[in-house]
Amino acid sequence: MKKYTFTEKKDTRSGFGAGMQILGQQNPNVVALCADLVGSLKLEAFIKENPERFIQCGISEANMIGLSAGLTIGGKIPFATTFANFATGRVYDQIRQSVAYSNKNVKICASHAGLTLGEDGATHQILEDLGMMKMLPGMTVINPCDYNQTKAATIAIAEYEGPVYLRFGRPVIPIFTDADQKFEIGKAWMVNEGTDVSIFATGHMVWEAIQAGELLEAEGINAEIINIHTIKPLDEEAVLKSVEKTGCVVSAEEHNRIGGLGDSIAQVLVKHLLAPQEYVAVNDSFGESGTPTQLMEKYGLTAKHIVEAAKRAIARK
Amino acid sequence: MEIEQLEKVASQVRRDIVRMVHGCQSGHPGGSLGCTELFVALYFERLMLNEQDGKPVFDMNGTGEDLFFLSNGHISPVWYSVLARKGYFPVPELATFRKLNSRLQGHPTTHEHLEGIRIASGSLGQGLSVALGAARAKKLNDDKGIVHVLMGDGEQQEGQVWEAVTFAPHHQVDNLIAFIDLNGQQIDGPTVKVMNNLDLGKKYEAFGWEVISIEEGNDMTAVLKGLYEAKSRLGHGRPIMVLLHTGMGFGVDFMMGSHKWHGVAPNDEQLAAALAQLEETMGDY
Repeated sequence: MKKYTFTEKKDTRSGFGAGMQILGQQNPNVVALCADLVGSLKLEAFIKENPERFIQCGISEANMIGLSAGLTIGGKIPFATTFANFATGRVYDQIRQSVAYSNKNVKICASHAGLTLGEDGATHQILEDLGMMKMLPGMTVINPCDYNQTKAATIAIAEYEGPVYLRFGRPVIPIFTDADQKFEIGKAWMVNEGTDVSIFATGHMVWEAIQAGELLEAEGINAEIINIHTIKPLDEEAVLKSVEKTGCVVSAEEHNRIGGLGDSIAQVLVKHLLAPQEYVAVNDSFGESGTPTQLMEKYGLTAKHIVEAAKRAIARK
Repeated sequence: MEIEQLEKVASQVRRDIVRMVHGCQSGHPGGSLGCTELFVALYFERLMLNEQDGKPVFDMNGTGEDLFFLSNGHISPVWYSVLARKGYFPVPELATFRKLNSRLQGHPTTHEHLEGIRIASGSLGQGLSVALGAARAKKLNDDKGIVHVLMGDGEQQEGQVWEAVTFAPHHQVDNLIAFIDLNGQQIDGPTVKVMNNLDLGKKYEAFGWEVISIEEGNDMTAVLKGLYEAKSRLGHGRPIMVLLHTGMGFGVDFMMGSHKWHGVAPNDEQLAAALAQLEETMGDY
């Protein structure tokens, strides 16, 4: 098992803020919009350096999406930012018609996704956003795994022409990817090569998968771990190449088991390469209040749960 | 263009509208007919449009020109007709309206790359937000073009409209002219009965907009005068709302003033009766 260590923990949303600061300096067309959550989205540095390119929308997410679509007419690259719940479910029709169907170069950047938002509870913990966004034709869906990768992804999506959903979160987690990485949209990242089981993880679950890989290694199981940071378009080639070798799959995501990464992988497997698959995901329920650690434990989203799922998958081979 | 010429264009546009809706036996003639003067006045007289050799040149960004957005996308027939008659795309293409493989979708879309369309609309309440974004982009680009957007009066019942209405004065959007087609009708009946908007002029004023009214929205002279006045008030830190009083179905006697022709196509007899009232001035497609 390849060793991953860390010296610092940070939140992925701060990676987004750092990426935005760099974009503010490098790309004069980048415009940031926010719906009364500037501090939560870590936009202070961008706003300080580019006040004329920041648009405070107030608590009006639908209007923010429409404004963003309009800004692209004139060549701007709008980054519309708020919590993941308000960036997707609340404004689905606005995204569908004014952004996706109209093929506008809007970047929807969503923080506080999933259970790890914590104490605010289920009203704010969206677990359906990846599913909703990936179902929109033409929408690219990205869920990076740590601070460095979120920063790199933020910079990369400005270069890409087309609508993007970028999902990140609130809690501090280990920084284990390279500071100077180049982010390739749609290209899965091989975390660890193995032969016994393929673990496909996204977002916060990638670090859990690495810890699971170490636990499995101690029991003589050699896990292949792949970071699927781009849910759509899915790197089908990487998925199939891995499963051809290992013959079984675990998918791990901080999302409802219906409609997320696991289903995207299952769709590839059922068409090209039947293999047993186990889901590590929220079992079609809403979340609740609690600390991020408590919630990930209660809803079955830890390294321990990935280990159990891996053993079940291997047993079904 | 002289008033008389503009009225001739309007007559042909009305013929196009009823023929298009008849041709596919679906679509929305009522609101289209009611807004014909506004569309003709804008595209044939008031909008500053990028042109080459007397023909409009379309690019998505609309750099250096005025922009128009249609928020109540269901009145697409009037827009398609005016765009075609202005020269954005071939007039015969109007015959494909709402048919399979057409660029002239039931509601306007950029998806089929139809020249003149910059955003999809149809699901109501979104156009003002889009227009405000485009107006902001123009300011960021130091582009002097003016952004125009038309909404329906029934559409004022959508919540997103009021998010945008609140935004515009706060951000001093003063390079935008918005219109409401006040025809007093919506699908289920008169607007005052379905969901009374009360006094929209007072509402917009209370939200910080400058409001002007065109009482005779189907009179070309009155529309041109109103558009001139609206433009003269730009650039003073406030958005402009033009309340355009129109008659739904105007120009075809049996379609006028009733919500019944909101989304119904004429049959062969009704088409003949309608065309008999509308002079063919530019040649039918």
